[in-house]
Amino acid sequence: MVRSRLHLPRSPARPGEAPDFSYLELSPAGAVARPQVGARVRDIGPLAVELVRVLDDAGDAVGPWNPHLDAAELQIGLRHMLLTRIFDERMQRNQRAGKITFYVRSLGEEAVSVAQCMALSPRDMLFPSYRNQGLQIARGIPLVNLMCQLLSNTRDPCKGRQLPAMYHSAAGHLFSISGNVATQFPQAVGWAMAAAIKGEDHLAASWLGEGSSAEADFHYALLFAAVYQAPVILNVVNNQWAISTFQGYAGGEQRSFAARGPGYGIAGVRVDGNDFLAVHAVTQWAAERARTGGGPTLIELVTYRAAAHSTSDDPSRYRAKDDAEHWPLGDPIERLKRHLIRLGEWSEERHHALSAELDELVAASWREAVAYGTLNDGPKLDTDLMFEDVFKEMPANLQLQRAMMRAEKSSR
Amino acid sequence: MAQMNMVQALNSAMDIMLGRDPSVVLMGEDIGYFGGVFRTTEGLQRKYGEHRVLDTPIAEGGIVGAAIGMAVNGLRPVAEIQFADYIYPGFDQIVSELARLRYRSAGDFTAPVTIRTPCGGGIRGGQTHSQSPEAMFTHVSGLKVVMPSNPHDAKGLLITAIEDDDPVIFFEPKRLYNGPFDGDPNKPAVPWSTHPKGEVPEGHYTVPLGRADIVRAGAQLSIITYGTMVYVAQAAAAALELDAEIIDLRSLVPLDVDAICSSVKKTGRCVVAHEATRLSGFGAEIAAIVQEECFWHLEAPIQRAAGWDTPYPHAFEWEYFPGQARLAAAIRAAMEPA
Ligand SMILES: Cc1ncc(C[n+]2csc(CCOP(=O)(O)OP(=O)(O)O)c2C)c(N)n1
Repeated sequence: MVRSRLHLPRSPARPGEAPDFSYLELSPAGAVARPQVGARVRDIGPLAVELVRVLDDAGDAVGPWNPHLDAAELQIGLRHMLLTRIFDERMQRNQRAGKITFYVRSLGEEAVSVAQCMALSPRDMLFPSYRNQGLQIARGIPLVNLMCQLLSNTRDPCKGRQLPAMYHSAAGHLFSISGNVATQFPQAVGWAMAAAIKGEDHLAASWLGEGSSAEADFHYALLFAAVYQAPVILNVVNNQWAISTFQGYAGGEQRSFAARGPGYGIAGVRVDGNDFLAVHAVTQWAAERARTGGGPTLIELVTYRAAAHSTSDDPSRYRAKDDAEHWPLGDPIERLKRHLIRLGEWSEERHHALSAELDELVAASWREAVAYGTLNDGPKLDTDLMFEDVFKEMPANLQLQRAMMRAEKSSR
Repeated sequence: MAQMNMVQALNSAMDIMLGRDPSVVLMGEDIGYFGGVFRTTEGLQRKYGEHRVLDTPIAEGGIVGAAIGMAVNGLRPVAEIQFADYIYPGFDQIVSELARLRYRSAGDFTAPVTIRTPCGGGIRGGQTHSQSPEAMFTHVSGLKVVMPSNPHDAKGLLITAIEDDDPVIFFEPKRLYNGPFDGDPNKPAVPWSTHPKGEVPEGHYTVPLGRADIVRAGAQLSIITYGTMVYVAQAAAAALELDAEIIDLRSLVPLDVDAICSSVKKTGRCVVAHEATRLSGFGAEIAAIVQEECFWHLEAPIQRAAGWDTPYPHAFEWEYFPGQARLAAAIRAAMEPA
């Protein structure tokens, strides 16, 4: 065999190997300077390669990025993250029991969606990926709505047309999620450009996985955001894996994802994605920058996909089994909990009680949601809905096909 | 002969070609270490090395563009697009570049690229894991377009495609990976091991492009189809107790016009069936050819059975899918007395 000189990024730990995160470049908590919100991109290059962290190993908040949130706000953050996790666990089980066809968990990444959503204002427009359920929860979308979407039932806001987890909420300013990765990125920029054209104050934010940042849409988004200095926050959730493919295959081996920002003339910030306080702080910084005419920010959230890619995936085939337990940045819920306990604002007992309360909330919501039907039993969506909303007005061919479909159903 | 399902047959085709031809390389998302989300390339990276079975970034435009460059520099890339629904970011490279390179350079540059991609519904995949976009590619001059319906053909056609010096878009109906499917989701799944086309030679063989397969000879009616619909058509015709001739096109470009026309001239009646949406679907092309070539032999208007002209809806999968009832309605209309 000829020796190939082609470089192939090496994945850190495959099945049977010991977890190895030595490739990860970390900064100590509190070590990264916090520039002025209006700083010029060329002056803040290091922000894109260092790692903004606030919570130290003991659970104290340290350094210039400490957002000094009050305890009540931290408790809300903890609640949203825990609710997201319990919701995920329960929906995963429901998928396994055949109640829903497909599910995607965000295990270990809850701080990303929850802290970022809480740092933005309710009228800011969010363009999520399929792994941002924490945004839906932190925005206060009722669990029953989310579950009805998962069930494709009679109360499904998507009217049965979308795969589970592809939520949307016009009232909640949460854009419709696409199954095609990265498409939302330039759309968020366009939304933000429109806000600027109209002289409005709202900004847009979007999320994608580091794997998806390989798509051209990611690069279009950065370029348009830079050219028009759009009020947008673009987030790369670097959870290390894209299905079976390690982040090195998306370009993370040579340089951080945040560093692509300065390449385009955009502020880039790399942050510990499992540190609720740090995520909140950098998002707030970026939001203020956007609202005061400072333009876009690219944030890389360094985290770990602790669960499978989706219910169709089995990560034991491609990565070390106990990888997640060795992830150096810990678990976002545990870390915020420890911090609150150190502040004297939380306890194991309260945590336990909250857990039980949220368990019951999810269970009760599920009981209500299934009453509106599941794919297998209960009330069913009207199949005529299939032909609606293709266009504003139904054209003749669809009217004809709707009649044919009705005839087919009665012939069966 | 060996028993193989369609995934194994495709794997065998690539295995053989990697072994025979050092210029063959595979590339795609999750295809290397993992062996692909449908396991079609399982074991091939371990066997042939990481520089011949490449994991790629998630960038379909990059995959196709890089495949073209590699092909121009002497390799013979077989690129996987994880789902046909995700081929669009690569569309420009396919349509504007891959398809026309030979033409615009007067044959001085060519790119023998094969693009494999799973297509079709019936797996509860919703609108982004169910599409059948073959007609978008048959409309482009310079592309060959293939869709096998069984393991035997899949392997022989894929070897032909890889050996072909022109670009080939190779659609794999994913609902057929593990067995034939007659459109009834309530019946227990049937494995390929129970079907004669699950018998696959282990070595190298080819199935030519542009040669249709007469799946069933018949006198009363011709059903022209391909992919998953081959089995739906057989079941629908059987249920109506009709002596139908069923033609599996296997390749759409090049197209076996002779097989289509000799059949329709014999039966005088024609139904065209595909899973893709009806509007501007490949069925329209077939109907036009039949009309041009067989007009004086037709006893009734040509009928089409296809997916509805909507995106593929998650909740209404079986109302959307052109199952036996849709076929039966088209067949009945085609059997109307003249
Ligand atoms: C255009 C497109 N190509 C491929 C896919 C298939 N796909 C779905 S998710 C995924 C991996 C994405 O990984 P990443 O962006 O890192 O996000 P994560 O799932 O880790 O959150 C792939 C390849 C897709 N949905 N869309």
